Parts: sequence; structure tokens; C-alpha cells
Amino acid sequence: MAKGIWVFVELRDGKIKKVTYELLSAARKVADQLGEELCAVLPGKGVAELAPALGEYGADKVYVAENEALENYTTDGYTNVVAALVKEYQPIAFLMGYTARGRDLAVQVAQRLETGLMTDCINVELENGQLIFTRPIYAGKAFTKVACPEARPIMATFRPNVLPVGAPQTGKTAEVINVSASPGDIRQIIKDIVRQVSTRPELTEADVIVSGGRGMKGPENYVILEALADVVGAAVGASRAAVDAGWVPQSMQVGQTGKTVSPVLYIACGISGAIQHLAGMGSSKCIVAVNKDPEANIFKVADYGIVGDLFQAVPILTEEFKKLLASS
Amino acid sequence: MKILVCMKQTFDTEAKIGLDSSGKINRQGVSLILNPYDEFAVEEALRIKEKHGGEVTVISAGNPEVQDALRQALAMGADKAVLISSEMEEIDEYTTATILAKAISGMEYDLIWGGFRAVDDGSAQVAGRIAEILGIPVVKMVNQVEVGENKAVATCEIEGGNEVIEVSLPAMLTAQKGLNEPRYPSMKGIMQAKKKPMEKKSLADLGMDVAQVAPKVKALSFFMPSPRAAGKIIEGEVPEAATALVKALREEAKIL
Repeated sequence: MAKGIWVFVELRDGKIKKVTYELLSAARKVADQLGEELCAVLPGKGVAELAPALGEYGADKVYVAENEALENYTTDGYTNVVAALVKEYQPIAFLMGYTARGRDLAVQVAQRLETGLMTDCINVELENGQLIFTRPIYAGKAFTKVACPEARPIMATFRPNVLPVGAPQTGKTAEVINVSASPGDIRQIIKDIVRQVSTRPELTEADVIVSGGRGMKGPENYVILEALADVVGAAVGASRAAVDAGWVPQSMQVGQTGKTVSPVLYIACGISGAIQHLAGMGSSKCIVAVNKDPEANIFKVADYGIVGDLFQAVPILTEEFKKLLASS
Repeated sequence: MKILVCMKQTFDTEAKIGLDSSGKINRQGVSLILNPYDEFAVEEALRIKEKHGGEVTVISAGNPEVQDALRQALAMGADKAVLISSEMEEIDEYTTATILAKAISGMEYDLIWGGFRAVDDGSAQVAGRIAEILGIPVVKMVNQVEVGENKAVATCEIEGGNEVIEVSLPAMLTAQKGLNEPRYPSMKGIMQAKKKPMEKKSLADLGMDVAQVAPKVKALSFFMPSPRAAGKIIEGEVPEAATALVKALREEAKIL
């Protein structure tokens, strides 16, 4: 008999990623409705000290799987350990973030257990005792509600930055259960990890994104977007046109063949608003567009628009934001 | 080197999406393309073949119109195509992966490629599931690769950087945008593609039945996003408009 709702704890540089708190907050509600306990799964090396505080975000229990070989994420190492835990404890549902790691691990675990996996979800609700998940398709041009009626565990990954994080219950600790971890034969050998040194947030997790398109005219002009981004603590994104022109790397692309983002504020500079770009950022809470073409498609979705030269507007926005933030 | 590429036919990324009278995604009049990520996979397979010699086979599961996408890959330079016809009403990633893995298990391969995800359901699952079923290692979101005799060294995207991973072959790799610039099929390629082998198999040919591959996930309903309310253009010269915008973001939109 399956029991418990599980959340995978994702770390980056030894810290718990925000998406983990988002998942715990959403899963807590579901667990309460079902009268089930909420468990977090924390594989890694030297991670046990992070476990108790997960209680503040709703975890009743944390399964800590410590092993030397889990220091860095590998597909095989994490799949072997996590799938074995699932087999042993048989949770009802298991949630992860739709991140590079979560997306990878969830698929391998789901197939090993021959169960269903719903990816990139933005909502979960309980209806007549069944968990119903909402997920975008065609990069957000449409949505579908899906369920996994029979196979267990029900697995789902959630888009970061969408589920609200509940207020932490300071001082509440989770019960820590140390489990044995056997990473087994790891066939992916890590040769190198190259981090881009950046003080800016990741695109998919940023509250504010400043994005530039064809209107940027060249790679050298992104410095004005970076200056604006650094004032408001934003990530810098780009349209497909700018990526395909070779101005900025693919990792910055927002859209159907890039990243799907949902920040609080999305500032589109010199972006015409092709349908495939709108698909990637249409769920932003507030969209600002700066474009010199008053007919640009982006103005149809923008909450606020400025028709004019971005090279004039962006530096003024930077100065105004700086003044505003200094005064508050 | 024998290379397989798993492919999917998808809606054009420029396609407008709507619902039909039964509330499902309307497929009428939508132009279909080879999933862009699978195009990167095909291109990379061809480059590896050009360097090391060998054979590229493309494989897909679906209805007869998927042949168009397979023919495109043949026109690009793939040697042969395999189409598993699975005209099932309801499928999920488990269904497709189980079918393709069964077909692949009867084939010879040193390396398998797939796109890292499809632009329609965006679920990024089938390639990983196939690798799991076949018992071969998988490396996803590859944006650069060096393939040697018995191993591949792949650079893959992770949040905030890249990771370089070595795997022994046979392995499954999935292609991320940036891996390469896919070639356009030449006129000669298009003509040759018509004569290249297109093997068609049914589930029964693979010794499978519909019940065996029944989906785990069921779609309950589809809906369109609520349209965004019309925004406002802040009038005036750029300096005044920019100042007014920042004020509006704080006072009206209550952000920042």
C-alpha cells in the first residue's frame, strides 16, 4: 500500500534550491488533504545538516542518503539510490523540479519503476481523491490537465518559480532518517564542471528578466541590458533572433526552443514578439516592452509599452530604477 | 559505427494552437515538421558518420504521415528509416519509449541519438526511458561532443554552466540547441531519399499488443491560456515615458 508524498531536495553548491521549497509548500497542502505524511529525499555527501530545517517548509521526515559517490550529481548514481528508496518505501506521489537535474532524474526513476511522469507542471490539485496536474503544452500555447490513475508512484516535475512558497515555520524540525545509499556502477564519468561566473540569478528562477532581441543590433550592446539587470537583480535573456545571430549563447534563449520563464517582471527590449518567443514568456506576471515599431506583436501581450529607441530608453530605466530602489 | 536516431514529428513552432469541437488540440491544417531538437540529433549523427564511417538509421513511432519527417532525415543523408505504426488514440511517453526500445533491441547500434525534448509536449522523457529499458547510459542536453572508438565525451548544459561527461558506447545522447547547424537537404538528397529503405512495422510485428504499452498518464482535458488584458502604451517622448513607466511599475503594478 503506497503511502506518503515525496519531494526531491535539489542542491546547488551545497545549498537547497528554491524550487525545493516551492515543491514542499505545494506538497504539504496535498499531503494534508490526503492525511499523508510529507517526506523529503536528500541524497548527497555531507548534506545531513541541511535535513532538519526542511521541517520549516513542511517536511515531516527527511530520508538522507549519504555517500562519497553522491558528491556530484550523476544520472546513474542518483537514479540507483533514489529508485531503490522508492521501491522500498513506496510513496503515493514523488515531486521534483523541472530543472536540468530534476528533469533528468525523474525520467530515469519513472522508467525504472515503470510509472507515469508528468513534466513541467504548474499546478496540482486534489479532485475526488485523484491528483490532477496542470501542464503547458506547445510551450504554453495551450494547457492540459493530466493524471496518473493507477501506476505508483505518481511522478511529476514542476516548473521553478511558479508555485508559491509558504511562510516557513521557524524552529520546526523534520525527523531525519539516515538510509543506506548504493550508487552502484556510475557510467557517466564527470570530466569537468564549468560554471559561468555570474552574480545574476538563473533565468528560470529569476524574479526579473531583462531580455534583448534583434533590436539590440549586436552582441556589444548587451552591456546596457546587463547594467539594467544588475540594478534590479535580474537575469538577462534573449530572443531566438539574437541567439541565432550568434550574439549571445543558447543558454540565454527564452522561447519554444529555449527556456520557458515566469518571472514577476519581464522587460523585453527590441523583441518583436514572435509566437515562439511569446510562448516562452507569456506566463510572466508583468510584461514591459520597449520597441521602436508600434505595430510590434510584443505590444499585444505587454502590460506596459514604450514605443521608442531602446538605446535611449534602457539607460534611463536603469537610472530611474536605481533612484527608486535607493529611496526605498 | 552504427548510429540510430529517434525522431518525432511535431507541429511547426510557428503554428497557432487551438481546440477542436471535442475539446482536443486541433490538428487540422497545422503544418508538421521534424522536431527541431531531433534535427540537431540527425545532423550530429551524420557528422559522426562522415568522420568515422558507418550507417545512420532514423526511427519513429506514429501514424503514416510521420514518413514525411523520416524522409526529411533521409534527404539530409540518413541511410534508412524505420516507422513503427502505432495508431493508438491514447499514448504517453511510456508507450512510445516501450515501443521504440522493443524495435531498437532487435537492431545493431553503437550510439543512439534523440532530441533532448520535443517542442510539442516538451516532456523530455522518451530518450531517457529508452536508455533505461535498453540498459545503456544516457547523457542529456548535449551541446558539444567528441565520439571515439568506444566512448563519447559530451559537453552538456546544466543550470549556470556546462558539464563534460564521458560514457562508454553504446550510449544514448540527447541533442540540445547549439550542438550544430543542421544542413538543408539538397535536391540530390531529396531525390535519393525516395529510393532509400523505409521499413514499416506494426506492434504485432514486434510481438507487442496495445495492452502492453497502455499509457500510465491520461490527459483529462485541454484548455487555452486566458488572453492577457490589453496593456497600455506609455505616451510621450522616451525620457518621460521611461520615468513614467518606473513609477507605474511601483505604484500601479505594485512590483519592485
